[in-house]
Amino acid sequence: MGFEIAFWALAVVGVGAALSVVLLRDVFRAALSLVLCFLTVAGIYVTLSADFLAAVQVLVYVGAISILIILAIMLTREVQRGSPSNRLRIPAFVVAILFFGATVFAMVKTPWQIAGVPPQEPTTSALAFKLFGEGGFILPVEIAPVLILAAILGAIVLVREK
Amino acid sequence: MSVGLEHYLILSAILFSIGLYGVLAKRNAIVILMCIELMLNAVNIAMVAFSRYIVPTLLTGQVFAIFIMVVAAAEAAVGLAIIIAIYRSRETIDATQINLMKW
Repeated sequence: MGFEIAFWALAVVGVGAALSVVLLRDVFRAALSLVLCFLTVAGIYVTLSADFLAAVQVLVYVGAISILIILAIMLTREVQRGSPSNRLRIPAFVVAILFFGATVFAMVKTPWQIAGVPPQEPTTSALAFKLFGEGGFILPVEIAPVLILAAILGAIVLVREK
Repeated sequence: MSVGLEHYLILSAILFSIGLYGVLAKRNAIVILMCIELMLNAVNIAMVAFSRYIVPTLLTGQVFAIFIMVVAAAEAAVGLAIIIAIYRSRETIDATQINLMKW
């Protein structure tokens, strides 16, 4: 019962925060409601018994990416102009609604093979075995730091004063 | 009504559609980037829900979600750096006015 209440509360707050990201005129308030949406997504991970991912979500999204976004908003002084829509507002709305209808149709019609097994808890050591163990994902784990290094170098080169 | 896989998938579809609308309809480049982050989060919810309900012991979806987070962090850093560089040279981040390479 508590699980259902937690899911519905998190889902309502998350969707409301996501709607205010696209509907609010003030860019800074939109960024703050994006942070709220990230936090509710972390709560959704907890209800899915993904404890490690919830912690990583709070650290990476709520901690780091939101700071980056707020810093970029501060640096660009575009706050006064707000976040107006372009000419494609109604076609974009129609495309989003069509996409939503198609995905929901596919998700509801597909007969998912739900496994009755209870999920693993805690997931941290199991994820570590998946990532670093025998027959795991060690090659992507090795590639990811190269990608992050390239991203850091690219960001420094792009923002540096000439 | 008990909460199952479909509820999580529909929640993820709602968040993804909101992000899609924002990406297509907004003019401020930072808001567009924020909506892209929203879409990546929606995909992560779907991944973790599949991992929880279909293969609860394999955790493959959670591994994918971790890699999506890595790529999203790199994308946010490079994207915001590009936006700041554009703002420095053109004094605007309105996506309808950044049209130097537009056909």
